[in-house]
Formats: sequence, C-alpha cells, structure tokens
Amino acid sequence: MPQKTAKRPAPRSSKISNHQLRWIYTQMVRIREFEEAVKRTFIEHPGVIRGHSHLGDGAEASIVGALSTRRDRDFVMPSYRCHGYPIVLGTPLRNMMAEVFGRKDGLCHGFGGSMHLADPSRYFPGTSGIIGQSIAHATGAALTAQIKNSGQIVYCFFGDGASKQGAFFESLNMAAVWKLPIIYVLENNQYQAYTHFSLEDANAAAGDALSKKAEAFSIPGATVDGTDPLAVHKVVAKAADRARAGKGPSLVETKFYRLSAHGNVITVPPLPTQFPEHEAVAVYGNRKEFEQWKSKDPIKRFRARLIKDRVLTVASATKIESAARAEVDDAVQFALASPLPAPEEALQYVYA
Amino acid sequence: MPKEIMYGDAIAAAIIEEMQRDPNVIFYGQNMAMTERDPMLKKFGKERVRIAPISETAEIGIGIGAAMTGLRPVVELWMSEFMLVAFDQVINEAPRLRYMSGGQVNVPVVLKAGYGFCAGWAGQHSNCIYHTMMGIPGLKVVVPSTPADAKGLMAAAIRDDNPVVYLHPYMLTLDKGEVPEGEYVVPIGLSDIKRAGSDVTIVAIGWMVKKALAAAERLAEEGISTEVVDPRTLAPLDITTIVNSVKKTGRVVLVDQAPRHSSAAAVIAGEIAEHAVGSVGALRMVTALDTPIPYSEPLENYVVPNEDKIIEAVKSVMAHEAVAA
Repeated sequence: MPQKTAKRPAPRSSKISNHQLRWIYTQMVRIREFEEAVKRTFIEHPGVIRGHSHLGDGAEASIVGALSTRRDRDFVMPSYRCHGYPIVLGTPLRNMMAEVFGRKDGLCHGFGGSMHLADPSRYFPGTSGIIGQSIAHATGAALTAQIKNSGQIVYCFFGDGASKQGAFFESLNMAAVWKLPIIYVLENNQYQAYTHFSLEDANAAAGDALSKKAEAFSIPGATVDGTDPLAVHKVVAKAADRARAGKGPSLVETKFYRLSAHGNVITVPPLPTQFPEHEAVAVYGNRKEFEQWKSKDPIKRFRARLIKDRVLTVASATKIESAARAEVDDAVQFALASPLPAPEEALQYVYA
Repeated sequence: MPKEIMYGDAIAAAIIEEMQRDPNVIFYGQNMAMTERDPMLKKFGKERVRIAPISETAEIGIGIGAAMTGLRPVVELWMSEFMLVAFDQVINEAPRLRYMSGGQVNVPVVLKAGYGFCAGWAGQHSNCIYHTMMGIPGLKVVVPSTPADAKGLMAAAIRDDNPVVYLHPYMLTLDKGEVPEGEYVVPIGLSDIKRAGSDVTIVAIGWMVKKALAAAERLAEEGISTEVVDPRTLAPLDITTIVNSVKKTGRVVLVDQAPRHSSAAAVIAGEIAEHAVGSVGALRMVTALDTPIPYSEPLENYVVPNEDKIIEAVKSVMAHEAVAA
C-alpha cells in the first residue's frame, strides 16, 4: 500500500485550522499504532526485535503538538526514544519498522535499530543512545542554522532523566550565550527508566516545575500539559517565534505520562523479552497512579474533544484510525519480508 | 616556496587557509578570540571564530551536531586530557553516528589538542592518550611531528568527512621547519620515512620523532645506520610502510612517549609480530615508565624516553643478528 505522506498545512501561531487539527490527530494515531505494533511484535514474532526498544505511547500530544509549529526545513533531534518524530516528518513506516527489525530495507540498513533511527533527508540527522548527549548535537545543529543564516530552527527533545546530565546544562548555557535558534522540549514522562522524577530532581524535590531550570540560563521556561496537543502547540509556537526572531533558546517542559514501561525487559539470549508492566506497577506497586494517567490518554481525550467540537465525526475518526492501523500492518509485513543484511555488509559505513 | 616557520604557526596557517577556502569551516574554543584584536576574529568575524565556556561535552557535542548538519568545525581543546571529561562525545558519539545511520550522515569535525607537555605540568597535563582513541573505528587520529606535517595534516583533517582527532606535541610548538606556502595537504593514513637507513628501524611518534632523529645522528657517528619511520597518522595506521622498513633492516625499536601498555608502540609491535614474523631479529619498545608524569624535572626526565634510552635500545637490538628478508 502507498505510504502515507505527512503533508500538513502551514502553521499559524494564532489559530489552528480544522484541517490542522485533523492532521494533529492523524499523526498522534499513527504514532500510537506504530508503538503498539512494536510492542506486539515481541509476542507475535519473538526474537525479531533485538536489544532495547523504547516507546513513545503517551508522548503523542507532546511530539505532535510541538512539531505542529515546525516549518519544512527545521531540524528535529530527539533522544533514543525516537520512533514518534520521523513518523510526523513523513518517514515511511515500512523502512522504520524494517530498521526496528534489523532488516536490509531498514532506514539505516539494520545498523542502528530502534534507538538510532535517522532520516537526514527529512531533517532528522540521527540520535544518541547515551542519555542527554544528543542535546549537545541538537545545539550544534542550531549553530549551523545560525551561521548559515538559513532561517531553520531546531526542535530538541529529551526526557526528564536527561535534564540531570552535564550535557544539558553545558548546552543550554552555550545556546543562551550564543542566542541559538533552538527549542529544548523537556518531555517529563515522570520516570527516568525506573526512578520517579521526584526522587532525583532538585526542582521537583522543592515542589517546583522542571522548567525552573531555565532561570539558571536566563531564558524563558514554561511547563505545559503534555497530554494536550493544543496546549503544547501554543507554548512551543511562542518558543519557535522567539527562536526564529534570533532571540535564542527556550525550555518547554511537557508533562505527561509514559504509558509503557521504559523498554522491553533486559534479558540475555536465548531468554525471550517483551514489555513488562509499567514501573508504577512493577516497581512501586502503584496501579492506581497508572490507571489514573491511563484514563487521561492523550489520544482518547483529543478524539473526544474533536468530535465534541465537530471537527471529526465518529466515522471520520474511525477512518483515520483504520487507515493508520492498515499502514502499520503493511509496515510490519514489509519488514518481516525484508531480508536480513549480509554479514560482510558490517564493514560498510565505518568511514566516509 | 617553502618558508621557515614555527610548528604552532604552521597549524594556524592551515586553519586560516582552510577557513578562507571553505565558508563552512568554523573555529572555536576556550580562551580564544576574547578581544577584537584577535587576528582570526579580525579576519573571519565573530560568527565563525568563537569563544567557548569551559564545557568540553557541549563544545565537542556542538561540533558534532554542527558537523552532522553541514559545517566543518575545528574545536580547540588545548590539552588532550581535557577531552577526558567529554569522552562519550569523542569515543561513543562522533565515530558511531555515521555507522549507526547506515552511512546517511557524516561528522566532519576536527578535535585539536596538544599533548605530552613535559615542562613541569605534572600528572594531569602531560600525558599521551592517543592509544585510547586509535582503536576506535570511525575515528581518525593524526600526530604530526614537523611544522610541514602540522600544516598538511591540519588541512587534510579539516577536509576529511570523518571525525579527526588532531594531536600536536606541545614540546614542538616553537620548533622551526620548512613549510610550503599556500595549499599543502598531507594525506591522512600515510607514514613518512624521516631518515633512510639499513641497520635498524626506529618507529617514533610525535615529539619522539625529533629525539629519534637526534639519536640516529649520534648512532651514525658510530657507524650504525638507522631508518626513522614516522607513522604521522595513528588511525588508520599505515602498517605497510612500517613492515617494509622492518623487513629491510631486520631490527626495530619503537619509541613512544606514552606508558608501555597504553602506547601506540604496543599496537605497532603486535602488527609487526603478525606481519613481519621471521624477518625481525629483535624488537625493543622505548616508552614512558609506568608512572603518572611527576612534577620535578629530574623525576620527569627519568620517566620519559630520551636520546640516551633510544641509543641504548638501538645498540641492544644491534647485538642480535638481523634476519634476512
């Protein structure tokens, strides 16, 4: 089946058109379907996905809300929890899934896997699997944009855990001094791997929002409901305006809840691996917290809102969902049929 | 026309010429371009020549990100040990990103740093850490030993599409030598025979090339003919030139300012063992002793290789019959 292109209407900072609202919902659903399919693969096709995969379910409103303010040539530089972003950029799901499966037709020909998707042709240059380090790379992309005077800005995404890394502090300091055109989107999904953010963050421990860190660099900081794509859109649009005007970086904390565990269980072959229960349940025994956040599922809420506001009908929403499911099913079939790389291909790509 | 200039000026000349040649080349680091009097700043402006805070992770990481998106940054790190606070970026980011992307993205960044400052800088500023980087696939490591090589290898490093660690021995900064004017590029990955000879091969790196050449001069007076091979690039390492020289002379002394087990000499010895076995009568390694670098002068001199130690090693391998190639 043909790949769904992610053409979206030109962003306007003031008003979001119905067309754009449907685009936002469509991208959110496509991300969710992709992540659900990755998760199912561990059960339906054990052994096909190796290593460690990290899912963005729960982050859809943050990802799409932020990127709904993006212009065509802006860079997008997330962390290793990276599936959602290229989906919004229009990267073919077939090649994405084939990469997660380690196949020849993968986006990176099977050299990167789930943590290291890259599609530079769509301004998604690559990711790092080491927490926080890509914040510096994203800052470097902003330096390129500034020096080339290209009008591009950078959307840099990272988790709450990464905001405790030296790379975070060093990068934000330099970006502020150099007035680099970048938006730092701190996706607070509340758990750094297995540790709740309240146990490791100084601002949280003092009862403050994590965006307070912006004050240390004298740049704007804001915290927004990361389960609401329109709230995210509004705040990020302001940060984008600032970046485009040459006024420098902003820090936006999008607060939401990761709906899956940090990653699949770390096992040693030949033991099979799959996604465990969320840390709230598995580590802290707090099913109530998990169920509460699940009831605030950003996709369900946005769907209900669009239907209430008559932007979508039940039928048109169902059509979007069926199309996304079909697109992802096709990607899985494509990836399963794609050959594994030949062993000696391992010697490619070491040097340019 | 070649002109006599200092090693340090030869590096600067290459950076300036490459910045003139390619608007994508930028240059930044700590404590540079601080005032408007800075000659680089005057020439290229404050967009392309920048002062950075003491933030090695961000300095190198930003260089990597800028390289991924179209610039060719040269990051001035001053002392190679300062890279250690940002070693994830050097070892686990810059050389891996192209490979992990399946060849989609290049990282043409140059990490420039001095090393081996044996002038009383004690334990943390005088070391040779190239061994930790020369075995990282995806990373290139160059160690020029003359002003001409310093210029030519910097030009090559800036033009290279891969991350290059450019390490210059601080002790050679003021040394003068003939350097070609204008465009001059020394290919990365090519050894240079700095002195031809027939009895014994000395493979020396960086500052040690100068010491090996001085030792060779004294040995010649005693009738011993020494060939001095300078790898110039440690990654990728030009094994062929080294092995051919060793096969010709049948004896080899490896001189390296690093401690024995973290030396490039140890790696080269392994390659010689595999590729020239049967052709070598004797092999010696002259390296720093297994201590951190001490502060006081007699202590420092005792630990680091010098001409006398090289001469002693050459004479000891001369006591063995060379094996005919």
